[in-house]
Amino acid sequence: MQTIDEVLEEIPFFGGLKHEDLELIAGCGSNVHFEDGETLFREGGPADTFLLIRHGSVSLSCYAPPKGSVILDTVGPGDILGWSWLFPPHRWHFDAKAVGVVRATQFDAVCLRTKIEQDPRFGYELMRRFTQVLLQRLQWTRMRLIDMYADHT
Amino acid sequence: MQTTPETPTSAVSRPTSELTPRLFRVVKRRRETADTVTLELEPLDGKPFRIRPGQFNMLYAFGVGEIPVSVSGIEGRLVHTVRAVGAVSTAICEQKVGAVLGVRGPYGTAWPLEQALGSDLLFIAGGIGLAPLRPAIVHFLANHERYGSGVLLCGSRTPGEILFEREVERWAEHSSFDVDLSGVRHALTTYRTVDVAGPSWRGMVGPVPQMIPKAHLEMRSTVAFICGPEILIHFAAEALLTRGLPPRSIYVSLERNMRCGIGLCGHCQLGPTIICRDGPVYAYPDVEHLLEAREL
Repeated sequence: MQTIDEVLEEIPFFGGLKHEDLELIAGCGSNVHFEDGETLFREGGPADTFLLIRHGSVSLSCYAPPKGSVILDTVGPGDILGWSWLFPPHRWHFDAKAVGVVRATQFDAVCLRTKIEQDPRFGYELMRRFTQVLLQRLQWTRMRLIDMYADHT
Repeated sequence: MQTTPETPTSAVSRPTSELTPRLFRVVKRRRETADTVTLELEPLDGKPFRIRPGQFNMLYAFGVGEIPVSVSGIEGRLVHTVRAVGAVSTAICEQKVGAVLGVRGPYGTAWPLEQALGSDLLFIAGGIGLAPLRPAIVHFLANHERYGSGVLLCGSRTPGEILFEREVERWAEHSSFDVDLSGVRHALTTYRTVDVAGPSWRGMVGPVPQMIPKAHLEMRSTVAFICGPEILIHFAAEALLTRGLPPRSIYVSLERNMRCGIGLCGHCQLGPTIICRDGPVYAYPDVEHLLEAREL
């Protein structure tokens, strides 16, 4: 069975990080498991973790009355879930729910935040990677704003 | 006074027959989504009608007008899937079984299925763009031993707007054909995504190109066919190139305001190319620069 730092080495998000950085991140991680339909976190709750999804998929939704719950995005194997832990007030902006059985590695954000503040180089490396994820999700969201299917015949 | 008629040139005489629609009867009608209908057509004259996946016909609703529609099925009958967005497409969608439509065609280029023999096929469809790809997918499944594996990435705005939903599920469920040491390989692995969904949706949410980085694809042996809104084509092709697919392995189906269907009127001109004549299916390197040119 692979250790967490061995798993991280295979994930593009962590590519290029020094071995000691990976060990540090892995030291803040633990493997978790969610059943189908189980809530990973709720909007407004404390964002003190982020997750690497290894199996299954997770829906991100918000409650939008009168529509009810609306799914805005899904993440799957290899994806990083959660960046609210990086920025005050460290609260989740959406609900996250398991679609099918989900296996993931969960990282303790409080542990990582402390390290980031102590080690700017490590902080920069991690921020660079999260910014890339943010940028990609922003681009996909912008693409959906176009409503490209509206007039397509 | 006697006038001498001008000698007809080939360009003038040619369209006379090509512009005359043949009459087809609607023999089956199926509602696909709230605004999209599939019509199965048979020629009144009983003569065969040959069309290849990717090509289109001009469909004529008598007294209303004519629009280009790609073929969505060629299994026995001529099949067209039409989305009601304007007066003509709405009139065509409203045709009942027994109604008669005019059909001119077939026109344009086809998906290069022969050229792609031996390759893995990747079908990327957005919205109604699945309709022009459907006959190519059916051909692939019927001849899977002549190709590698297949992947379908398709997207729509909402779950209610997914085209050919049951058929796509069948393609996914019943297409296992090859078992090897690593497990069951599927002839067609399907991924579906929508732009937004309610809580009961269990598929993916996000634009179609978002699925490309994670889809199981062997880039060296893959040929991609893309059909959908042009912005989707652009981003999907970009994502494929980023993954290392050679540009010459990408084919796209473009659409413009086709009118004559035979390259004479110029309504569907895109820079140096006339889409009804040179397209709608193009090798990506032939049109990549045109898709990015705003002044065209």
